[in-house]
Amino acid sequence: MNAYLDNSATTKPCERALKKTMQIASGCYGNPSSLHFMGYEAKKELDFARKSVADFIGAKPEEVYFTSGGTASNMTAILGTAAAKKRDGKKIITSRLEHPSVIKNFELLGEQGFLPVFLEPDGNGKVSPDSIYSAVDENTILVSLMAVNNEVGSVQCFDKVKQIIKSKKSNALYHCDAVQGFGKIKINPAKCGIDLMSMSAHKIHGLKGSGALYVSKNARIKPAIVGGGQENGLVSGTEAMPSLCAFGAAVEDIGSVDENCSKVKMLRDMFLEKISDYDYIYVNSPSDALPYILNISVKGVPSQVMLNALSAEGICVSAGSACSKGHRSSVLSAMNIEPARIDSALRISLSKYTEEDEMNMLFDAIIKTANRIRR
Amino acid sequence: MQKEIILIKNGELALKGLNRATFEDVLIKNIRKRIKPLGDFEYRKEQSTVSVIPVSEAVDMDEVSERVGRVFGIARYSRALQVQKDMDEIKKNAPAYLENQLMFAKTFKVEAKRSDKKFPLTSPEISAEVGGAILSAFPHLKVDVRNPEIVVTVEIREKFAFIRGNQLKGAGGLPTGTSGKATVLISGGIDSPVAAFMMAKRGLVLNAVHFASPPYTSPQSEDKVHRLLKKVASYSGNITLFTVGFTEIQEAIRDNCPEDMFTLIMRRFMMRIASSIAEKEDSKALITGESLGQVASQTLSAIACTDAAASMPVFRPLIGNDKDEIITVSRKIDTFDISIEPFEDCCTVFTPKHPKTKPTLQMLTEAEQNLDTDALLQRALENTKVTVVGF
Repeated sequence: MNAYLDNSATTKPCERALKKTMQIASGCYGNPSSLHFMGYEAKKELDFARKSVADFIGAKPEEVYFTSGGTASNMTAILGTAAAKKRDGKKIITSRLEHPSVIKNFELLGEQGFLPVFLEPDGNGKVSPDSIYSAVDENTILVSLMAVNNEVGSVQCFDKVKQIIKSKKSNALYHCDAVQGFGKIKINPAKCGIDLMSMSAHKIHGLKGSGALYVSKNARIKPAIVGGGQENGLVSGTEAMPSLCAFGAAVEDIGSVDENCSKVKMLRDMFLEKISDYDYIYVNSPSDALPYILNISVKGVPSQVMLNALSAEGICVSAGSACSKGHRSSVLSAMNIEPARIDSALRISLSKYTEEDEMNMLFDAIIKTANRIRR
Repeated sequence: MQKEIILIKNGELALKGLNRATFEDVLIKNIRKRIKPLGDFEYRKEQSTVSVIPVSEAVDMDEVSERVGRVFGIARYSRALQVQKDMDEIKKNAPAYLENQLMFAKTFKVEAKRSDKKFPLTSPEISAEVGGAILSAFPHLKVDVRNPEIVVTVEIREKFAFIRGNQLKGAGGLPTGTSGKATVLISGGIDSPVAAFMMAKRGLVLNAVHFASPPYTSPQSEDKVHRLLKKVASYSGNITLFTVGFTEIQEAIRDNCPEDMFTLIMRRFMMRIASSIAEKEDSKALITGESLGQVASQTLSAIACTDAAASMPVFRPLIGNDKDEIITVSRKIDTFDISIEPFEDCCTVFTPKHPKTKPTLQMLTEAEQNLDTDALLQRALENTKVTVVGF
């Protein structure tokens, strides 16, 4: 038996998504832009998937733009906002917690004359509302903050950001990278004041190569990829039909967000209970983190060694930090966690399909490896 | 019939006196092995030149040329076009065949050689006519007989005429197999593949020993070694790789020996294991990528201690090289980008904080006292995988 506990990296596609993929790839291969019946059928399928995603987040279908995934959604949102609002101001705000696809685009804009600000998180891996409040000013055109951090699972104040922006009389757009939160916590962008929201299919049991960007009907951004004018001109390129339609199917298959979450929480809490007996195992995730992501350190066992040992036993987790030397996790560093803990960090990420046996297998293997490796 | 062939001028082989014939045979055998998958070829030896002539149709001569360029024992070689011994044919084909070279050059000259003295034109006449044909095809060119960028050579031989441009640089060195067999200790870093390449260049057939310490090292780092050796094998021919399970030895050293000597004791074990593998494989020397003073385990005293654990000569071709010189070679043989991939190798497991830089053999033998050396060696040798890395 294997234990797949790296669901924040990617998830196993669900049956419903796989079935849809096959159906579209084999029987509905028309180009949705074509004007014949094959194109029309494809367009109908794509619209159906779009409606599924829109319904799930309480948005209108025309506010959902399909992309090739989280990175493309983030890039489209950030570069698109900068291009559309460059005359309104130069300041763009994000945090050190963000995914590289956000940070790197901010750095890129910095080279082009924009003024990027990188907020530091607190010891719980959260960006405080106060720090956002202090940073926003009239010159600010974009605030990009994630919903859930991918390394420690800390849930950010995504429902407060827009209020803060408004209270500073700024017209800045709020982009929320919700790749890790989408489908796992309830996020209604319209209600939270989110202008732009990134989503990815393969983190919720869909297929790789598909995602979406929610763009509120009140927000206007410019396209980062131009060409044939697909997705209302915002994301050009022939739509990846099989995986986008499978995205719709995967969203329909999510079921109850609350029920999934409490099942995962139970498994996580049982695991936490077990490891609490070991003084060399530390929990890096904050106590109110999303239960799908658990970051721990097994002090004395370097992440890569633990990963190799677990992998040899059929268990997949990921290192809390990038495994290459000299590249300590910036998230854990920003949380002021001591280097010895960062170097032995592990990210365990669950899904609604995770079973108790898998968690037990993980626990046994961690203790076994620690007994062997620790001196 | 018109076709492209390869002409190989031997390098150091010419210096080898009476052994030359044997060396040439080995060289031809090596070339044959390397290009066999690309088609059927005929080989001809004349004076100091070996001709490789494709027999099959539609052989990819670019790939043949690239592979020949990586066979050791070849100083220079050229690609040539074989045409009928007819001046019109030669004049028509020379500009077309050498278009890629001539198009971007400014100056050229034509040299003609006649071994068939019955050919109606003399060498200077041939040169003048072919030169004229090239000039009318590429009016931007100038003839420069002293220092031309391109030398176009036209050879009139018994059956055919041959047209060729500038010579290409071969891999140099001695033909693989003419110096015997040696065993390289390969880690996955930058140095050892370069050391392997340099010794293979001197005519050695290679075996390789890699030490893997799961779970401290990952399967990816073994895969990395495989890919590194594949690059070296594209020059040296097939390499037999012995992957030794090294975890038990490393853990035993950690548990029983003083920390400041971990690395040295480990390296002595590597030498012992590599020596016994080499002996069984009839390999007569070890090869390492050590460079004097590069790290604590490569100081003069440290090398003396590791050397003492080997039972045969240890070749260290990089001993006098700086890192940037080593990197230059690793880029040339295309191993650098693989070497810098971030997978741990066994040398970085349990690294002492303050390693001894001036150890003595006595200190080490005392430090090794608590280890059951023979039993550890025996088990490591039993726990060894053998794979062949093809070129």
